[in-house]
Amino acid sequence: MTMSRTPIYFAIMACLIIGVGIFESWNNALFILNFGLISAIMALGVNLQWGYAGLFNVGVVGFVALGGLSVVLTSVSPVGEAWAAGGMRILISLLLAVGFIAGAIIGWSRIPKNLPRGLITAVWLIIGFFSFRALFDPAVAAIEAVNPAQTGFLGGLGLPVLLAWAVGGLMAAGVGWLIGKTALGLRSDYLAIATLGIGEIIIAVLKNEDWLSRGVKNVNGLPRPVPYEIDLQQSETFVGWMERLGADPVTGSTIFVKLLYAVLFLSVIILIVTLMQLALNSPWGRMMRAIRDNETAAEAMGKDVTARHLQIFVLGAAICGIAGAMMTTLDGQLTPASYQPLRFTFLVWVMVIVGGSGNNWGAVLGGMFIWFLWVEVEPISIFLVNTLTAGMDATHPIREGLLDRVAYLRPLTMGLILLLVLRFSPHGLLPEK
Amino acid sequence: MVDILNALVAFTNFVIIPASAYGAQLAIGALGVTLIYGILRFSNFAHGETMAFGTMVVLLVTGLFQSWGISLGPLPTALLALPFGILGASALVLFTDRTVYKFYRRVKAAPVMLVIVSMGVMFMMNGIIRMIVGTDDRRFADGERFIIRARDFKEMTGLSEGLALRTTQVLTIVVAIATVALLFWFLNKTRTGKSMRAYSDNEDLALLSGINPERVVMITWLVVAALATVAGTLYGLDKSFKPFVYMQLLLPIFASAIVGGLGSPIGAIAGGFVIAFSEVTITYAFKKVVTYLGPEGWRPDGLVQLLSTDYKFAVSFAILIIVLLFKPTGLFKGKSV
Repeated sequence: MTMSRTPIYFAIMACLIIGVGIFESWNNALFILNFGLISAIMALGVNLQWGYAGLFNVGVVGFVALGGLSVVLTSVSPVGEAWAAGGMRILISLLLAVGFIAGAIIGWSRIPKNLPRGLITAVWLIIGFFSFRALFDPAVAAIEAVNPAQTGFLGGLGLPVLLAWAVGGLMAAGVGWLIGKTALGLRSDYLAIATLGIGEIIIAVLKNEDWLSRGVKNVNGLPRPVPYEIDLQQSETFVGWMERLGADPVTGSTIFVKLLYAVLFLSVIILIVTLMQLALNSPWGRMMRAIRDNETAAEAMGKDVTARHLQIFVLGAAICGIAGAMMTTLDGQLTPASYQPLRFTFLVWVMVIVGGSGNNWGAVLGGMFIWFLWVEVEPISIFLVNTLTAGMDATHPIREGLLDRVAYLRPLTMGLILLLVLRFSPHGLLPEK
Repeated sequence: MVDILNALVAFTNFVIIPASAYGAQLAIGALGVTLIYGILRFSNFAHGETMAFGTMVVLLVTGLFQSWGISLGPLPTALLALPFGILGASALVLFTDRTVYKFYRRVKAAPVMLVIVSMGVMFMMNGIIRMIVGTDDRRFADGERFIIRARDFKEMTGLSEGLALRTTQVLTIVVAIATVALLFWFLNKTRTGKSMRAYSDNEDLALLSGINPERVVMITWLVVAALATVAGTLYGLDKSFKPFVYMQLLLPIFASAIVGGLGSPIGAIAGGFVIAFSEVTITYAFKKVVTYLGPEGWRPDGLVQLLSTDYKFAVSFAILIIVLLFKPTGLFKGKSV
């Protein structure tokens, strides 16, 4: 039954996007398509963790933000002056911090039990913290003093921006490993709160560590994997194509660029879905579902539940990181203040649940559909308010009040959809087979 | 000697007083989370929004009273509006329970399902609150602002360091003590409270003893609504009311409840103060204190701040992780479902 439903739903989804193209503009339609594809990848990441393994991750926003950071760290050209001012010192201080923490972890297991272990470790960590700060603070001050209006940060490696997508995945995987290593194996609620915390911390780091990400000053003008609109408009070949199509070269160039992005995103999504489908149908996928459905039984069969959970948690985090890197590439800028948990954690959860947890096509569909609603709820309700109050004066208080409140319909609608789906169709639009 | 006193006053003024008030607010918030966890057995992600909703009603009623010229003299008018806030929040949570949660109790859904459901409730409350009051930062504290002013304190003691005690801080502590006393009397002495604890300890046994589960659940929601409104109002009086901030409070509140041991009311209170004191101490710039304590005429170069205030979430998080690693059931043995 699912097999027959899948193409129909995707066809409806395509009609919705084409509808936006016809009634609003093709630029809007492609905007929804591109962000929808990115949302779909985030939903795939959460679906991997929740749908395959039952792991409850509410720190999606953190992994997405890490992906965004990776774009800056990979593709921005390095700021030579800043590196000269304190780049090495920062690196050494960070290594020092890692060394002290590793020392504490090793020491904890090696120090004989009859010594005051806790005290020794605490003193060691305090010494470590102060030596780290002694090296780190002046270096940060030196870097942030270098031309603060333009740079004031270390920059990146100046590598091609597409490489950042992989780097974003790796960075998110690294953090996912750390958090998984600590919180997996504990109760499921604890993992939820731990991921909620790590998400907030990553955002705080991005907002405040100006030497790394320029903080709330944002990093603008990130390199792009596709040509700039302005170059296209000046290229004779492109203008020639547009003339043959009878289209305006300016609109044509914006649509062309968005289409190129869509092709890139589609190839990533096809790659991820293919890999995940293969994994789901392999012995590994069966083992994962066995673990999810009955941990005790799977453990009795000799499966290492915690290790498998860690594996899948890291993979899911990596996918969210890739999606985050793609989004920042599409935006062309890193704006740490824009990472809101409601938008990037809880909305992704709505996507997974509405789409159908445990089904990859469901996650993709849910991602696209919920993103479509998230964007379109506002114009649709403005249209409705205007139609309903057509007889009223434009400055009528009821009309103005309603129009002011339309923006908050978004969370309300999302909550309502989530609750309705959970209540009446708990397996989502495309249930797991 | 005077320097030591000055250092002590500065420390009290900037760490002990604010952290006690914040700790009391967190503790009452965490009590709500822990009660839901103990009785309904899920982590309620909508708790921050419940707090915001109750506070919003208090804020609106306060505005109404002010426009009528009703006030409490030196005390904030919000205290008069508090019962209305509790009524509003109670109506809201009872309505959500009827329309949303009840179904999942009937089908005996897994706890994690209820957590996801509470996420949906969070979204809806979030939208409703913003539709009613928008997203702006609002202050609604009125009446006398200070009990002790920094200047008066300096004149009184002759110290160079001032100590300010705000009405809202004292009020927070007093109301918190009253609330907690009332709650513990209710849980330990009344028949209903005892049935709640019995239900929390062992559901099947409680059912066998003839305890009506729906009644226990209803009373729990009422108590939680009251606690959430009190916590939210105290926080709003002390700082300000901004819906977004209330959502962010979810993390320290959950951290408090878990650090203390989920399901344990005493634990929630202890957890609240542990989290609040660590947050404030670690993010406080000790420059003043160190200057007083150090040798004459010497002052530290930096702020002597362990972590910038923007990392206060990192502190609750770090404590949470440490407790989870070394004492997974929390300081006071909570339940582990």
